[in-house]
Amino acid sequence: MNALQTKYGRDIQAILAKYPDDQKRSAVMPLLYVAQREGGHVSRQDLADIAEIIGTTPTEVASIVGFYTLYHDAPAGKNRMQVCNDLPCAMRGADAFLQGVCENLGIEVGGTTADGLVTVEAVMCLAACDNAPMFQVQDYENITYHENQTVESAVALVEKWRKAEAKNK
Amino acid sequence: MSTVKGSHILLRHRDNPALSTYEGYVKDGGFKAWKQAVTKMAPEAVVNEVFDSGLRGRGGAGFPTGLKWRFIDKNNWPHYVVVNADESEPGTFKDREIMEKNPYQFLEGVMLTAYAVNANRAYIYLRGEFWQLAAELDKQIARLRKEKHLGKKLFGKDYELELYTHLGAGAYICGEETALLESLEGKLGQPRLRPPFPPSFGLYGKPTIVNNVETLANVPLIIEKGAKWYRSFGTEKSPGTKIFSLSGRVAKPGNYELPLGTTYGELIMQHGGGILDGGKIKAIMSAGASSSLIVANDQALATPMDYESVPSLGAQLGSASIIVIDETVDLKWLVDKTVHFFKHESCGKCTPCREGTYWMQNITHRLLHGEAEQKDVDLLKDVAMNMKGKCLCALGEFATEAVVSSIERFPKDFKLKAGAKTVAGELKVTHD
Repeated sequence: MNALQTKYGRDIQAILAKYPDDQKRSAVMPLLYVAQREGGHVSRQDLADIAEIIGTTPTEVASIVGFYTLYHDAPAGKNRMQVCNDLPCAMRGADAFLQGVCENLGIEVGGTTADGLVTVEAVMCLAACDNAPMFQVQDYENITYHENQTVESAVALVEKWRKAEAKNK
Repeated sequence: MSTVKGSHILLRHRDNPALSTYEGYVKDGGFKAWKQAVTKMAPEAVVNEVFDSGLRGRGGAGFPTGLKWRFIDKNNWPHYVVVNADESEPGTFKDREIMEKNPYQFLEGVMLTAYAVNANRAYIYLRGEFWQLAAELDKQIARLRKEKHLGKKLFGKDYELELYTHLGAGAYICGEETALLESLEGKLGQPRLRPPFPPSFGLYGKPTIVNNVETLANVPLIIEKGAKWYRSFGTEKSPGTKIFSLSGRVAKPGNYELPLGTTYGELIMQHGGGILDGGKIKAIMSAGASSSLIVANDQALATPMDYESVPSLGAQLGSASIIVIDETVDLKWLVDKTVHFFKHESCGKCTPCREGTYWMQNITHRLLHGEAEQKDVDLLKDVAMNMKGKCLCALGEFATEAVVSSIERFPKDFKLKAGAKTVAGELKVTHD
């Protein structure tokens, strides 16, 4: 049993059960999400562990991490605030919204706040074009949608995280 | 009997929000079609009813659904059903509403499809961003197993079925059905060479039916009420209703389910409340970022939105994601946005698409930042024309649609002042 299996054995079994016995490779995507529960990114050890579970090479697993945008090979903020500024959202103020949020947090697009709590990213269409401006938050365990946003509501959310973080310390 | 008000076949939850719960859906007649099919109908009879209804694929291609089902190879087993819930086309947000608000009708459609093509397993491939939606579907599927709508020996018959969700991880190309299958097999989401098509060589090399969420959500009511009833909506060549996702510079964006054949004018001016801030309409994108730009004149606004009429405007019905563009939008800015999208989403397999989107983006950046000359407009069009018809899947083609149609149909936006550099659009762009 490798480190990933030791830690998430039951979850991994449930994932593998979804696919035919001889098609374990199908589990690579859900397994990468499991790996990201630790620190929000996939480590080199995770690549090796997942490769072992599904019977492929770490290089193959790494190619999946590189291809899909929701997998990350490096740490960033605890919450990735992913703002859609694709065409339909941009016609309803998403670019100005993105700029406004970044200015308020004192970072550039793609940057992370000094406390390591938030990374703001510009992303492609999130299928919520009628509720722009909007963003999703990808944290270690979850992805949540936040629609019909203003700079104020987005900054208020960050403040809420900061308070929760301070409480936990 | 399932209740239908007006033209809400799929968005019935808007009239009856209780449909989102198992109890509410069953109370309204839900799963009667499912029980009827498994206990009283041969799989072929289900296929025939859907064939007769004239239902066409709602994901964009518009292929007749019943015909696709008839193509499944009966000499190769097992069969699979894979649902395309990778909704990622800019301007498209209909499948999300169906799955969030009317999930059991969607799931019943998946089940009926599996029964029709003798599949015992169906996978619902959702874009990774639909994380919470997938979690809800997992709970709903567990409920269906508990109620014995899923599992072995269904209704005492020799038929078994299991449904599974599978989350993607942010790649538009996985909406292309063969790329989706590759992704579901744990590989890079890159399209396959076709033929063979999925009904003969699909998931794990086995016969597979891939259908869009909206397509399948139609099936329970077609089975319950019959093909003739379904054909009472829409036109002869485009039967039924369609969810039109309306976005962009319009007063009331949102999903509107209307009979196929409703005009652009009715959708945008009546249901959509006209243009945002009382502006003037300039162009219509009929199928998300993948579509050409239609000049929004009186003729266009009077055109019915159906498979047979939209091509007369030099566009396609596609996924029917209507993006409204008004006079405040500079099309140099717009094509920079669409090219940026396709450059980001190109899977890199075919050289014309991978390289073409890169070079187009270089030029649109020059246009946008005041560094272009008139000949750059010709160069942009030339690059686009050299991508057309040269890629394995439609993405490379889609990337050129807005570019070429904008330049050809809206020359004013691309006429640069003699000797002068471009002026950036009114709307500010922040990405690079």
